Amino acid sequence: MKINVVDHKGAHHELEAPEGYRVMEVIRDYDVGIKAECGGACACATCHVYVDKEWFDKIPEPTDEEIDMLDEAFGVEDNSRLSCQILTDDSIDGITVYLAPGTEPEEKTGDRAA
Amino acid sequence: MSEMIETDVVIIGAGPVGLFAVFELGLLDLKCHLIDILDKPGGQCAELYPEKPIYDIPAWPEISGQGLTDRLLEQIAPFNPEFHYNRMVAGLEKQADGSFIVTTDEDEKFHCKVVVIAAGGGSFQPKRPPVPTIEEYEGKSVFYSVRRMEEFRDQDILIVGGGDSALDWSLALQPIAKSLTLVHRRDAFRGAPDSVKKMKALVEEGKMNFSLGQMTGLEGEGGQLSKVNLKNADGEFSVDATRLLPFFGLTMKLGPIADWGLNLEENLIPVDTEKFATSEPGIFAIGDINTYPGKLKLILSGFHEAALMAHAAKAIVNPDEKVVFQYTTSSTNLQKKLNVK
Repeated sequence: MKINVVDHKGAHHELEAPEGYRVMEVIRDYDVGIKAECGGACACATCHVYVDKEWFDKIPEPTDEEIDMLDEAFGVEDNSRLSCQILTDDSIDGITVYLAPGTEPEEKTGDRAA
Repeated sequence: MSEMIETDVVIIGAGPVGLFAVFELGLLDLKCHLIDILDKPGGQCAELYPEKPIYDIPAWPEISGQGLTDRLLEQIAPFNPEFHYNRMVAGLEKQADGSFIVTTDEDEKFHCKVVVIAAGGGSFQPKRPPVPTIEEYEGKSVFYSVRRMEEFRDQDILIVGGGDSALDWSLALQPIAKSLTLVHRRDAFRGAPDSVKKMKALVEEGKMNFSLGQMTGLEGEGGQLSKVNLKNADGEFSVDATRLLPFFGLTMKLGPIADWGLNLEENLIPVDTEKFATSEPGIFAIGDINTYPGKLKLILSGFHEAALMAHAAKAIVNPDEKVVFQYTTSSTNLQKKLNVK
């Protein structure tokens, strides 16, 4: 199955996703650029995405915990979700998500060898 | 400037790996001071997921973040580690004899032979809303915590957020504010129900305002805020404000560690896998903050790294002392250190 991810700069990534993972894990694994700092514990809101409106109603509804956690995200819209709470399975094959502002990874300090 | 604190080892970060390092260093008679930006031990385990179960700690089929922290504190108690919370390490200076002076943003000074960086994902700092120009107002009109209430007296205060910080500070600042508005994205709050009740009563009495909304922009000049632009389902609006307090939780940043001249790879500290030493002799890095071929960011990896690091640290602190490898099960010497009766 595939998921489509639009990154912070608007670039489109089509990612081959294994089933049974979390959308955040797939985005992170392909190094698209998402902070996701709590690692999927629904505890930081730094994997916030906008789910394409056509897909939003097709995925299982968020838990109260996820809705609460969205309070620490920025630019929350009706189609906001935390991508660590969306599981990859057949029913979302072809889904498109947009990385939300405030989920950019920390700017990298220039690599250096002293 | 306070008195110099003398110790063998300064550990930066009191997360699970920093805590377990106290144990391994303690078995080798090395005394530790720990510095952490949070107000409590446990790092991410305590701050982000205290109630969440962890399933991959050896011999604990299931343990919560707080449970793991509590067990570690119990395990290291015999070594009397000293904790310094709510502090960020500000500086690190190597001395001519190879030792270090570590300073904090609270003006403490530590003199030590070994520095262990166990800082995980970095130091926890307030999230900065991605609103254009917000940096220009920080420290003048935009604050992420209240250090001095007086800064807020007779000001038009806007507080954004729906957790305890937003609610508590709304209640605390309302009596001294010229005006106070709380803005949250929805009419439901994560904060304590009692605080929500008190806040709503103040709104009812006309003593403060509450609006649904999210920030879109700031207006002002020279760092002095005058207005915050917002939007909600009904459209755009603005609130006159001279002070803004956004409360969106914490995020991790590498912080001053980036300025210590250590080799860095993508904000991680490369180490060898024999001693977990950095590019600077006497400075070690263990846990999520380090990187090496095959690295897995697991708590158990950090525990292993702590044990090997401790032996290398011992050789630096007491170069002439011969260390005989011992097991806690059989060594009366080690058991004495652990207060085994």
